[in-house]
Amino acid sequence: MRRRTPAGLVEAEPGPAHHIEFDGRPVPALPGQTIAAALWADGVLAWRTTRVGGKPRGAFCGIGSCFDCLATVDGRPNQRTCLLPAEPGTTVTTQEGHGRADLAV
Amino acid sequence: MPTSPSDPSSFGPPADASSGPLADPLFDPLFDLAVIGAGPAGLAAAVTAADLGLRCVLLDGGQGTGGQYYRHPAPGLGAARPDRLHHHWSAYTGLADRLAAHERAGRAAFRGGHQVWALERTGDGFAAHVTRGPESTDRATVRSRSVLLATGAYERQLPFPGWTLPGVVTAGGAQAMLKAGLVLPGRRIVVAGSGPLLLAAASSLVTAGAEVPAVVEATAYLGYARRPGVLAGVPGKLVEGAGHGGALLRHGVRLRPRSAVVEAHGTDRVTGVTVARLDARWRPLPGTERRIDCDALAVGHGLLPQIDLATELGARTRTGPDGAVALAVDARLRTSVPGLWSAGETNGVGGADLALAEGELAAYAVAGALPEAGTLRRRSRLRAFAELMAAAHRPGPGWTGWLRPDTDVCRCEEVPVAAIREAVDDLGAGDPRTVKLLTRAGMGWCQGRMCGPAVACLAGSAPGSASGGPGPDRRPLGCPVPLSQLAAGPSPESPAS
Repeated sequence: MRRRTPAGLVEAEPGPAHHIEFDGRPVPALPGQTIAAALWADGVLAWRTTRVGGKPRGAFCGIGSCFDCLATVDGRPNQRTCLLPAEPGTTVTTQEGHGRADLAV
Repeated sequence: MPTSPSDPSSFGPPADASSGPLADPLFDPLFDLAVIGAGPAGLAAAVTAADLGLRCVLLDGGQGTGGQYYRHPAPGLGAARPDRLHHHWSAYTGLADRLAAHERAGRAAFRGGHQVWALERTGDGFAAHVTRGPESTDRATVRSRSVLLATGAYERQLPFPGWTLPGVVTAGGAQAMLKAGLVLPGRRIVVAGSGPLLLAAASSLVTAGAEVPAVVEATAYLGYARRPGVLAGVPGKLVEGAGHGGALLRHGVRLRPRSAVVEAHGTDRVTGVTVARLDARWRPLPGTERRIDCDALAVGHGLLPQIDLATELGARTRTGPDGAVALAVDARLRTSVPGLWSAGETNGVGGADLALAEGELAAYAVAGALPEAGTLRRRSRLRAFAELMAAAHRPGPGWTGWLRPDTDVCRCEEVPVAAIREAVDDLGAGDPRTVKLLTRAGMGWCQGRMCGPAVACLAGSAPGSASGGPGPDRRPLGCPVPLSQLAAGPSPESPAS
């Protein structure tokens, strides 16, 4: 028997997959998926390290409330990946701390 | 009479400008009613208000309608059967169709991607200040004579060792990512916490192909049995519950009542959890711990009304049987702020059916029309059930027994239990605000939405404690707003202050 999947359950026939770039490697994304969803689908659960402890974090609340899923997207830090759509060519970089190391003096 | 706004672009483009009516009456900068939140309550309210002749604008931070409950795959995912992830999906499609008809006729407008961050009283009603899009790229101000708040709820979280590990997600978050993005956080997902959302989440996850080794519920479900009359009044709720229970049985999911996940294990991601039995006050019982391997954990302890926009205007609140602060409304769903109505979870969490009924009733009240008696009765029965449910799943005070000194309570600012206990025990902090000033707990990105209930409990100001329980959280800005948008001054349509 075919393994049950979310897409199978809702009989999804998505448009052709495209790719986003995560830390320099291509990650497939389906049209309409958020960045966080594309990363989960690829088995990636963490795309940020915390300011104090340097601990890995990813999506937690999934609805834009907790801000744990922040990452640097197309060069802009602190973007909520659970809300942002994964567009073809979107570049996502693991965000270290506040993501503003470039401002350090 | 409709007039042209001074700056139409700040309204955003009309959804259907080319095929809309010739004289678009919605291009009046003052709507009769602004409904904030396009979930069950807001959708029902907007559609009913438009039925009754009110010129209505429906605002939501998300791109589409549905809110969290009716969250569904984006069109690009081509889902032929989105109903399989939903209970009573036709209620949503019915409302969405009616809204679309009202939009075509120019009687209502939906504005997606509009996150309201503050409500302001004006001489002729309200100004809703909006930041637009997930990146908050620009702003708008929407003016209306009255406002209906239908902003729903967010999940109550209680910390435990390991809860910040990747792979530990909220039960609602797992639901949201599944419903919208058709993805799962792992293959073997433990579901834990308390409240009816756990059964719904577990049922969705197994149906979508995940293995759920256990649903770990802190209460014993006995609370429901204390009021059989209330249960008998809501047969639909029993059918819904039986549906989830049936799905769990079919997939061999084990329900562990009166138990909790007291630790999540792993270094870079969760690899397992420890589950312990709880006493009636939610204190973990030593010697009952057992480990369950998993690669994800979906956890939540009920829902909290999202009422910041109203409390900032001074709306009166009440503390529900679940300890959650909700808006106090009268029989016509009016808040204590003139012109401000509230429907659904903002009045105390009670689920989608109640939200649908209250949205409809609030629209009748705003329009000054008499609602159907049947809707009033349905609302009354569902509200009684909501109170029973809230009491049944109220967190017990013993949960702090599973904390360790190094457990982070505030996820954003990484504030551990030890720092909060020091602020309370050594420095005399007796409320969350003082704890925040001393430790930064609740000062981060989420503004205390994740750690608030835990901090209140550790500060001794949780409901039922000696200090009499919390007032509403204070959040002058409902969401982060770029300084550039605040510094730009009032939007063109805002009255000079």
